[in-house]
Amino acid sequence: MTTRTRIFWATTSIAAMTALAACGGGDSGSDSEDTGTTGSGDGGEEITLTVATFNQFGYTDEMLDRYEEEHPGITVELTTADSSEDARTNLTTKIAAGGEGLADIEGIEVDWLPELMQYPDLFTDLSDPELEGRWVDWKVAQATTPDGRLLGYGTDIGPEGICYRQDLFEAAGLPTDPAEVAELLGGDDATWEDYFAAGRDFVANSDAAWYDGAQATYQGMVNQLESAYEDAGTGDALDLSTNTAVRDLYDQVLSASVDDGLSAGLEQWSADWDAAFQNDGFATMLCPAWMTGPVEERAGGVDGWNLADVFPGGGGNWGGSFLTVPASGANTEAATELAAWLTHPEQQTEAFGNAGTFPSQIEAQASDEVQSATNEFFNDAPIGEIFTSRAEAIDVVPFKGANYFSIHQAVQNAVLRVDVTGEQDADSSWESAVEEFNGLGLM
Amino acid sequence: MTALHTPTPAPARGNPDPAPRRVGFTQRLSRWDVKLAPYLYISPFFILFALVGAFPLVYTAYVSVHEWNLLGGQGEFVGLQNFTDVLGQAIFWKSVGNTFSIFVLSAAPQLALAITIAAVLDQNLRAATFWRMGVLVPYVVAPVAVSLIFGRMFADQYGLINAILGGIGLDPVGWHSDRFASHVAIATIVNFRWTGYNALILLAAMQAVPRELYEAAVIDGAGRLRQFFSVTVPQIRATMVFVVITATIGGMQIFDEVRMYDPIGLGGPSRNWMTTVLYLYDVAWGNQKNFGRAAAVAWLLFLLIVCIGLINFYLTSRISAADGDRSAVSRRRTQALIAQAQAKARAGSQAEAPTAPLPTHPATPPDEGPPDQAPPSPGRTTRSTTDSEDGGRG
Repeated sequence: MTTRTRIFWATTSIAAMTALAACGGGDSGSDSEDTGTTGSGDGGEEITLTVATFNQFGYTDEMLDRYEEEHPGITVELTTADSSEDARTNLTTKIAAGGEGLADIEGIEVDWLPELMQYPDLFTDLSDPELEGRWVDWKVAQATTPDGRLLGYGTDIGPEGICYRQDLFEAAGLPTDPAEVAELLGGDDATWEDYFAAGRDFVANSDAAWYDGAQATYQGMVNQLESAYEDAGTGDALDLSTNTAVRDLYDQVLSASVDDGLSAGLEQWSADWDAAFQNDGFATMLCPAWMTGPVEERAGGVDGWNLADVFPGGGGNWGGSFLTVPASGANTEAATELAAWLTHPEQQTEAFGNAGTFPSQIEAQASDEVQSATNEFFNDAPIGEIFTSRAEAIDVVPFKGANYFSIHQAVQNAVLRVDVTGEQDADSSWESAVEEFNGLGLM
Repeated sequence: MTALHTPTPAPARGNPDPAPRRVGFTQRLSRWDVKLAPYLYISPFFILFALVGAFPLVYTAYVSVHEWNLLGGQGEFVGLQNFTDVLGQAIFWKSVGNTFSIFVLSAAPQLALAITIAAVLDQNLRAATFWRMGVLVPYVVAPVAVSLIFGRMFADQYGLINAILGGIGLDPVGWHSDRFASHVAIATIVNFRWTGYNALILLAAMQAVPRELYEAAVIDGAGRLRQFFSVTVPQIRATMVFVVITATIGGMQIFDEVRMYDPIGLGGPSRNWMTTVLYLYDVAWGNQKNFGRAAAVAWLLFLLIVCIGLINFYLTSRISAADGDRSAVSRRRTQALIAQAQAKARAGSQAEAPTAPLPTHPATPPDEGPPDQAPPSPGRTTRSTTDSEDGGRG
């Protein structure tokens, strides 16, 4: 027995020592790498700055080469994640690991801001008096903490217009010209009721639905509420069961979608939604600037798409991104400079040409390149002009606190249950959403 | 030279101590070699297991009793609060229900199909390797890619399967609105991926079945089906237990397929196809970012898998008990028969008796034989009790 235990302990200690040695080896390896980078950085000789983005920010190697030429000793490396979800998981996991492995500049989407805003110390404060007035006000406000720290430089925004199928409009006896369509949908002071009323005329004369789904439409509507689910002052969640503003929108969109049959009953980004583009599933949809790309991708070969300079209920913004500089980086100063350069109107104008990301910089929006931009797929719609006008119409900056997405998801699920899966009617589905909200334990 | 030489003969000459010590050391070395080396050889696995298996398990337990935010890091010690919170969540229980439903819907047909495919592949086919590799192809395809393709097929409005159902005059199935239908769809994706893999494992077991058994069965007039159920199935029971256990563990941890089943990837608007692992993911990396609770979910899932594993093990050994029973019975019977034979032999001729107990009783010293022999009937009873004890121990 004793020999066995001794052998057991001998083996265990050998195992433990080997394990420790392995760990130690790994640690010292990364240490030496780290000191290597910082050492050269301190010497002002060679710095490598990494920029992590996702989808398409519109930055090209030529742009980065130009920066390297202007700033000798700096090498810029660009990595691109396939989807924003991947980038988000990557960012949060690495922050959780203490910042190890983060890029010097991390691109983030506006949707992640509420969760990151709770920990502003994780990011370098980018506020710079020299850059004041570069962006539209609300874009800067989105990334500014209550105590005035700026977490990110804005890249693009998502001003919303209405994309529509002019061929289906024609078949249903509606006007097809963008200006006339804008007028049909209510013109400058369009309301959601105008939009739905036009839809009722359309579905009476067509097999197609008016819009893709209640979920996307509700998204557009709720983004116009100043404080949808939370108190803008305190950040506390509002009781969903007594939230009449949200309930009104919910009832309005579902009665239009289900009772009037305006919705095609599709969930955005689902396989059915993709297929509906090829099957004349619906005639209009809310179109943030970046949505023109996904529509073209799915509707290839369908040539009736056009874009109207109108949006119900005032302007609206959907999405948009920022460049942040994680505080754990070795070269935060150089990274801040690069982030400022990348979000300069000149670069963002170029990025718009590359990837169609509509710039958040006032100067870039006014530039000739943006103003004269057209989109061939959307029947040569003057997208630059339209989205500039749409960006100007944005008058509300919705407050999104730490719990915004949990609550929003509960309501979105309720909308989906009625509009897409048809499991419940509007009232009982709302009750379920209130239950889900109560389960969050925010009250 | 002499100076160098002097120390060498010294120990050999008079001092007896060093020489035995040196021999003792080599002996000890070789004893270590014998006793320690095997542990060293298997240690890499256990070191790796300790690093990537045991440590995370223990650390997860540590996280589960703390408040812990993904971004904010460790918070206060909260004891079992996270566990009670999780157990109080209706979604947790719904996810457990979904997991079970999807697991049963996938594991049962999967095994039935796998064993059938294996039986077919076990026959003398032309280009056997081609067919055998063929069933493994779905396993090689990335699960996300599989889910994407099946996601299109199971789409509610424009999906291929509903189009086919419509073509033969059936109503379309609400793959994303009906809870059971969604489980069937997801189980199909899981089955597509894992059936071939299990078939190969079962095939390997089938190939190890001695061909003589089939020859004997053929001579006894058994048909193909009878051969399968009376020879193949009993012979591959151990492998089936293995396959069932791994299928259980895999089935409890279904994630990719449900994550890709709808665009949001959180089990649909009513959480109709949210599995427990997906729930864990949502708690940890979703809007809550609550690592403490997620760790509690992980531990609850671990305990659940252990429980199901034990139940499965019990059931499969119960089902295969026919095999175990038969051997137990036959062992007991042979022993009884031997005892009877011995008794008969003893009654017949006293001379042959002492050798008889030896094969059944290797532990019994030969000296104890003779006193046993003298009284025949009590000797038989003692022997049979020790026999049964031995049988129990064995």
